[in-house]
Amino acid sequence: MTIYDLIFYLFAAITVISAFFVVTTRNIVYSAYYLLFTFFGVAGIYVLLGADFIAVVQLVVYVGGILILLLFGVMLTNRITNVQIKTGTIKIAPAAIGVALFAGILGAALLKTNWKTINSEIPISTTHTLGLLLIQQYAVVFELLGILLLIALIGAASMARK
Amino acid sequence: MTYDFFYKLFGSQVVAAIIQGLLPLFVFILPFAVFAVWLERKVSAHMQDRLGPMRVGWHGWLQTIADILKLLQKEDIIASENDKPLFNIAPLLVFIGSYAAFAAIPFSSAFIGSNLDLGVFFIVAVSGLVVAGILMAGWASNNKYSLLGAMRSAAQIISYEIPTILVIVTIVMVTGTLNLNTLSEMQTGHFWNWMILGGPTLGVAKFLMIPFMIIGFVIIYISSLAEVNRTPFDIPEAESELVSGYHTEYSGMKFAMFFLAEYANMFAVSAVVAALFFGGYQSPIGYLGNLIGIKWLIPIEQLFWFTAKGLFFVFVQMWLRWTLPRLRVDQLMAACWKYLIPIAFVNLIIIGLITLM
Repeated sequence: MTIYDLIFYLFAAITVISAFFVVTTRNIVYSAYYLLFTFFGVAGIYVLLGADFIAVVQLVVYVGGILILLLFGVMLTNRITNVQIKTGTIKIAPAAIGVALFAGILGAALLKTNWKTINSEIPISTTHTLGLLLIQQYAVVFELLGILLLIALIGAASMARK
Repeated sequence: MTYDFFYKLFGSQVVAAIIQGLLPLFVFILPFAVFAVWLERKVSAHMQDRLGPMRVGWHGWLQTIADILKLLQKEDIIASENDKPLFNIAPLLVFIGSYAAFAAIPFSSAFIGSNLDLGVFFIVAVSGLVVAGILMAGWASNNKYSLLGAMRSAAQIISYEIPTILVIVTIVMVTGTLNLNTLSEMQTGHFWNWMILGGPTLGVAKFLMIPFMIIGFVIIYISSLAEVNRTPFDIPEAESELVSGYHTEYSGMKFAMFFLAEYANMFAVSAVVAALFFGGYQSPIGYLGNLIGIKWLIPIEQLFWFTAKGLFFVFVQMWLRWTLPRLRVDQLMAACWKYLIPIAFVNLIIIGLITLM
């Protein structure tokens, strides 16, 4: 067990345990803050995999964007914080079938996939290559996504004006 | 470089990494916060024709230490209606967010916490943690003033991140790197190689760029003021309206934690501005170590220049705080969305065109 493994299991534990609490806790603000730790753990695993740019984007988009939006929504909505959310189980049989099916698919995918293994080496920074790929090979997709986001922004602004 | 030194000394990567991680906190931020709090009180006093703290030590320079001793002995009050776990975690989360930024800040060519290739992008990203922490503090306090302060603060930080990022993108476009260490190294030589004076490459483009670089610097400086909640953008803790915003309910060392985070943040944004526009740790006039041929003197001189530049911008922040009145909420949002962001965009396009030349 090297340091690498130790850090991986630490981040994996943070991610899984906090994700579990996101679903089971009864307080909606607590859920939102457990989500913070889930995002953080995932970002840590990205760093371990050598995907430094994706890790920081994960922080920017999920922690700095979506989570803050979520918290704003929760905190500005009147009396939502006092609502007791039901976290019990209803209709166990259909749920169990659904979960079992999904677990089966995931397990099959995990076992059957021909995983590509490479020797672990010191990861090099991905920013430069990623930037070149985005602007050369995937330029059209990249620009289209930008326009899509711009449309969403303009739509939000015009709705807010009414 | 310091990491290699500690690694040789202790023979363990873990110990070396921990020491490397704690170094900026104990060697830099704590002494800086103690000094900056005293400086703030002195600056404010002299601007208002007072003397400020004078009793403890020469011109009151030990006043902050006395205050810390006092805060350490204070009772840690948690009101019964507070949300206890979140109330306790919030000061830590805010401080972690502002301390994480120091990982990517190059103090000198010999010391940078982690020579990240993402540098300034990482600093922008971890400031999201500060917002989450402030919201947590405001909500857990279960106090209307606290919640309002936290909301205002979060809205303000998120809005003013946009002009900051636009200016950072401008610099990244010209230099082609996000790494603050590389950025500082590029601006080596004398002060005419700094980005504010058009960068290191000599040519017509350099001189064309100067006015736009100055505009960029003014924009990033204004928005960094808003990001650390300083006057004229201090409506999150406007004393006359909100008691003191999101840390109204906090007492003792938890309050001190918010204070420490605020001062650490002040230096972090000043350091980023210095590294982007003012040559980072590079000396404006050449090195004494080069002149008399002592190589090990250079990193120490660089640390001095970096601290000097950072402290100067912190001083300007204080100067502005005691000079300008506070903006109203609508003025604050108008300043960001109607003025700073459009100007930053136009600036970005113009500098892009100049770079293409």
